[in-house]
Amino acid sequence: MKEESMIRGADIVVQSLIAEQAEIIFGYPGGAIMPVYDALYDYHEQIKHVLTRHEQGAIHAAQGYARVSGKVGVCLATSGPGATNLITGLADAQIDSTPLVCITGQVAAHLLGTDAFQETDVVGISMPGTKWNIQVRRVEDIAPAIAKGFYIARSGRPGPVLIDITKNAQVDFGQMNYTPCLGFRSYKVHQPIDPNAIQKASELIKQAKRPYLLFGQGVVLGKAETELKFFLDKTGIPAASTLLGSGALSEDHPNYVGKLGMHGNYAPNLLTNQCDVLIAVGMRFDDRVTGDLKRYAKQAKVIHLELDAAEINKNVKVEVGVLGDCKESLSMLTEAVEQGSHPEWLGKFRELEQMEKEAVMQHDITPTKVGLTMGEVISQINRYKADDAVLVTDVGQHQMIAWRYFHYKKTRTQITSGGLGTMGFALPAALGAQLHDYSRQVICVVGDGGIQMTIQELGAIMQTKAPVKIVLLNNNYLGMVRQWQQMFFDKRYSFTELDNPDFIKLAEAYGIKAQKVTERNTLTESIEDMLIHDGPYFLEVVVEKEDNVFPMIATGCSVEEVRLS
Amino acid sequence: MKRYTIFVITENFIGILNRITIIFTRRGINIDALTASESSVDGIHRITIEVTTSEEMVVHLVNQIEKIIDVIKAFYHEDSGVVYQEIALYKIPVARLDGSLEKIIRQHHAKIISAEQEFVVLEVAGHKEQTQELLEILKGYGLLEFARSGRVAVAKRMRTIDQYLS
Ligand SMILES: Cc1ncc(C[n+]2csc(CCOP(=O)(O)OP(=O)(O)O)c2C)c(N)n1
Ligand SMILES: [Mg+2]
Repeated sequence: MKEESMIRGADIVVQSLIAEQAEIIFGYPGGAIMPVYDALYDYHEQIKHVLTRHEQGAIHAAQGYARVSGKVGVCLATSGPGATNLITGLADAQIDSTPLVCITGQVAAHLLGTDAFQETDVVGISMPGTKWNIQVRRVEDIAPAIAKGFYIARSGRPGPVLIDITKNAQVDFGQMNYTPCLGFRSYKVHQPIDPNAIQKASELIKQAKRPYLLFGQGVVLGKAETELKFFLDKTGIPAASTLLGSGALSEDHPNYVGKLGMHGNYAPNLLTNQCDVLIAVGMRFDDRVTGDLKRYAKQAKVIHLELDAAEINKNVKVEVGVLGDCKESLSMLTEAVEQGSHPEWLGKFRELEQMEKEAVMQHDITPTKVGLTMGEVISQINRYKADDAVLVTDVGQHQMIAWRYFHYKKTRTQITSGGLGTMGFALPAALGAQLHDYSRQVICVVGDGGIQMTIQELGAIMQTKAPVKIVLLNNNYLGMVRQWQQMFFDKRYSFTELDNPDFIKLAEAYGIKAQKVTERNTLTESIEDMLIHDGPYFLEVVVEKEDNVFPMIATGCSVEEVRLS
Repeated sequence: MKRYTIFVITENFIGILNRITIIFTRRGINIDALTASESSVDGIHRITIEVTTSEEMVVHLVNQIEKIIDVIKAFYHEDSGVVYQEIALYKIPVARLDGSLEKIIRQHHAKIISAEQEFVVLEVAGHKEQTQELLEILKGYGLLEFARSGRVAVAKRMRTIDQYLS
């Protein structure tokens, strides 16, 4: 029976999203989600919707939006193929702790399990790739599921949530009285920091001769950038960043020593095996950071500040685990430690940095060879970019080079697919990041391989007029794979060379202003043109085909075996 | 490698068993036995999982299980930390029931829990070693069917479910 105050389930979906202060939905319609799309028609003044050209584009855009804003990204798709097209993005958001709420339509409840048209068990398929998921089959369960979903997505260690809503629930009528979720018994978010752990950690730090701090995305997610800076200011401890930690600390900070991992900097990797106390903050000792675990920081006493209990002692055995929000634990630790400085130890980092400059950076940034290098493109971008410009990268050599040379000054300026390494991530993620703030400079650096995985989103960029600056570093190769083939497979370039389309024509077909750079003497000017252009811009830079990324820690090697060539 | 019992105290939501088992599948760990049932508290389920693995792995598994949003608590014990039983049922043709078998039944504290025209069903509760021993013997008596449950177990540690809930 329908009472006056009742509304359709589809309206409840949209009103719930509005109640959660969602501003923008990235999505793609289809049969099983049409009632929600119909409802959206009435709310276009309260909530925006962006039609991407593929559901994978929608979810990566939602990720880009979430990463730049710190809010929950929202994504909408239909059942069956619409839902399965979200899976890559879910897995990506899961491993990179990105808060998302994805809503998928589902066939009507009475058809579940009958192999109905476009029925797929998306809850089953997405179970390992979501922080939480649920199927809603009754209208009265919609609002509570969305409330719980937003709460789970954004609290604790953030992650993606999928809510699958059957069509009958979308068209049935129910009451809308939205109560936000504030917690429930099986999910405890707030762990008070153990003062004993802080005490023990501060003792270790006091005695340390060569302390060393590693920070990861946890600092950004925990909004602990200022606390990190205060801790470093007080202790004078050298600090290095993981891939996703970049931006959490300005690279201008005197204690900042560089980047960790397979293609990170020389000193930060090498000296990991020379420190005596290693303080890891909001990072998870990914294998791309640690190299061979058996030879990783064995000499050091490890202190781990981490929100996720399952991460402590997972890869690296710790002396002191400080469980909880690093915003809190860092400020407690800052209070507990003494003022200090480590000029000699820091000097060691600077010495090795000089070696890297001479052996690698100088050739990357000011090459003497004819062909353009990826490094010089990024270094020219640094000259003209805004301080808070967001760098969105895809996956491959250009990703590593862009990360190595981009000058990070502000938090939430590094958006890349870290844990999953998803080619095709950058273009839609840049769109999402740009749509959070049209006035922000969003620079999308992408390879000729990866851009073709989601190139259809040029269409969404055209339609939204998002002024994304796309920099295609074209080496005509799946460069990173080619580099491995060169180094570890006797230069057998098996299926890595690309015959590419005319990218400029392609961008122009989408009405996007485009320019191609093939010579060094037009590079700087083109970058300037791009950055001042009012609107989306596509800059293709033809770079050296067979350049390699160094330093490198080859698979199975120890951090101290980091190579300069 | 050792035998461990993992206890999971969880909300009784659809899919919870799936969420737990995929954690084992992903790491290539075989589940030796698993039982699930309602607990003494309404709406809360208790799952008991038996695995043979390293302590490092069991800690990792328990941590991952506890990360599941609907799981309230997960913990593990070695055999010495739990009191446990398994139940086994043996179906034997009536024709084979003689004095010697009756003696075996008594020796093994088995019970005849069902007697039909063609067969009887024996029941034994105990540890796997005991139920296995009887199984080997009864194979010589024309055993028709055999079924053994997973482990039901309680921890020796003094904690109640309510303590996990608060
Ligand atoms: C979806 C996906 N498929 C395959 C890979 C493996 N992979 C990693 S880097 C890379 C090459 C990327 O080529 P390109 O986009 O041109 O970037 P480049 O390395 O040349 O800068 C490949 C194929 C991946 N990371 N993601
Ligand atoms: Mg390439």
